[in-house]
Amino acid sequence: MTTAWDKLRPYGMVAPAIIIFSLFFIYPIFYMIYLSLFDWNFVSPTKSFVGIQNFRDLLTDADFRKVLSNTTIYTIMTVTLTTVLALLLALWLNRKGILHGFVQGAIFSPHIISLVSISLLWSWLMDPEYGLMNWVIGLFGFGKLAWLSHPGTSLISLVIVAVWKGVGYNTLVFIAGLQSIPGDIYEAAALDRSKPWTTFMKLILPMLSPTIFFLVIINMLGSFQVFETIAIMTQGGPINSTNTLVYYIYENGFRFFKIGYASAAGVILLGIVGVLTLVYFRLLSKRVHYR
Amino acid sequence: MKAVNRRVSVSGLGSAMGELPSGTGTGTVRKQALLNRTVRYALQAVNYAGLLLLVLVFALPFAWMMSTSLKTLPETMIFPPEWIPRSPVWQNYADAWNTGPFLHYFTNSIIIAAGILILQLATIIPAAYAFARYKFAGSGFLFGIVMVTLMIPAQLIFLPVYLELSAWKLLNTHLGLVLPFASSAFGIFLLRQAFMQVSDELVEAGRLDQASEWKIIVHIMVPLAKPVLVTFMLFSFIAHWNDYFWPLVMTTNETARTLPIGIAKIREVEGVATWNTLMAGNLILVAPILVVFFFSQRQIIRAFVYNGVK
Repeated sequence: MTTAWDKLRPYGMVAPAIIIFSLFFIYPIFYMIYLSLFDWNFVSPTKSFVGIQNFRDLLTDADFRKVLSNTTIYTIMTVTLTTVLALLLALWLNRKGILHGFVQGAIFSPHIISLVSISLLWSWLMDPEYGLMNWVIGLFGFGKLAWLSHPGTSLISLVIVAVWKGVGYNTLVFIAGLQSIPGDIYEAAALDRSKPWTTFMKLILPMLSPTIFFLVIINMLGSFQVFETIAIMTQGGPINSTNTLVYYIYENGFRFFKIGYASAAGVILLGIVGVLTLVYFRLLSKRVHYR
Repeated sequence: MKAVNRRVSVSGLGSAMGELPSGTGTGTVRKQALLNRTVRYALQAVNYAGLLLLVLVFALPFAWMMSTSLKTLPETMIFPPEWIPRSPVWQNYADAWNTGPFLHYFTNSIIIAAGILILQLATIIPAAYAFARYKFAGSGFLFGIVMVTLMIPAQLIFLPVYLELSAWKLLNTHLGLVLPFASSAFGIFLLRQAFMQVSDELVEAGRLDQASEWKIIVHIMVPLAKPVLVTFMLFSFIAHWNDYFWPLVMTTNETARTLPIGIAKIREVEGVATWNTLMAGNLILVAPILVVFFFSQRQIIRAFVYNGVK
């Protein structure tokens, strides 16, 4: 005997969450796509329809091209460095015991600290005159660098900060991946007198591939949306050398009030993120299957 | 083929365990053993040196922050830098605190992070239960909405959300900063999986006892999913406590601004190069998290890494 209430109950239970998602995630996507077709300065009462003109303008805008190339270079460097370093660290640190636990905690710690703190701290560490980084490279015989204040080094400086913040988290995810590999596989490899390099290439790497894909995608998504470090450390400069997508959208929307133009850039970012997540979920579903 | 390999390697294992092949004299054995031990100690020393270096890469920036926060302004402008301030200047902390209404920021941070967490729990528990335990028409579509939300980073759609909140007069309010995060697709996803693992018999037993669905959730489901819930709570609270982007974008005055905004603003108030005051303010923001991390490192790491692995 199911009453009407029994039938309605599941809808009632999911309703609050679904309403929040619809209002603040689903609807805004469509609203952004709609806005990208208009020319609007936020204060004027009328929006004028311009079709795909905003997208055309974007693609011919030298600044936007620079922004796209900055974002891509930043993403490739950050993702590659973080993933490779983390894998090496994981192979090294994957041991039980207080000492290794402590080291794991130490390298993980930046992950839970606000990006504001990290950005301010590294602005000071990379100070061109009195920064600790110049002292450190001085120990190795290098002269002072301008770090964030020079267009030639600014983007790589931001990459260093991102890698410093992210590598510990990535390492621990890799260690979790390594520990989920059954121990008898290592034993079998040892019994077969397999060389460490062969064991790594033929056994460990393939078994880690789901973890590698997961981290690469997560790191890519994060890097494509980099904002805080740029807003605090460089404001996109010097000479646009660190201007990236989310910061560009922020500036166009909130400083220049070009809402349609900023929305069009947002739609492009949405496309990039959408493709990346689709790839990720395809891989994720495959992984669930063979588990 | 495999069997042959095994047999060969079993003898190989023997030698690895210390029995050297017969025919060698005892003297050479001892020399060999001594050499092996030396190599092992050397490797161990390299390993420890490497670990120390690694810890320094992550600890020195924080030590440097602390050192700077206790220096006078002229002392920050010495190169090569000095690590120990000549006499610690505690006034820097007071200066940092006085650049803005920090107690107000602090309260706002608590209200917003806690408000988000409470609303999230209230919305994700029933939703996860419904998705895990009921079959209902349209559940696939509704779960699709959850998955799409899970995929879209909030940072991407801030512009339309800003316009929305502005139209509802919710800019510069606590509610405006809480409401967009009042539910969590990620939380529903995690919790749904935990709820699906609860055995049907337990739930049926509860139903036979005439327990209401509400009671089943509170007395059976939630206690069994406690590790996942704790994980989610840590994750959510830390993420929103640290958040800089949303409070920056959704506020134009001090009413609802949070600590990270306040810390970032010290630079505007004090000028760009007052690194001692800035680092003092920064330490005010970082210290609580580092202390919490020190005492519950295991849970926090599990919270973040587990989320990564799942």
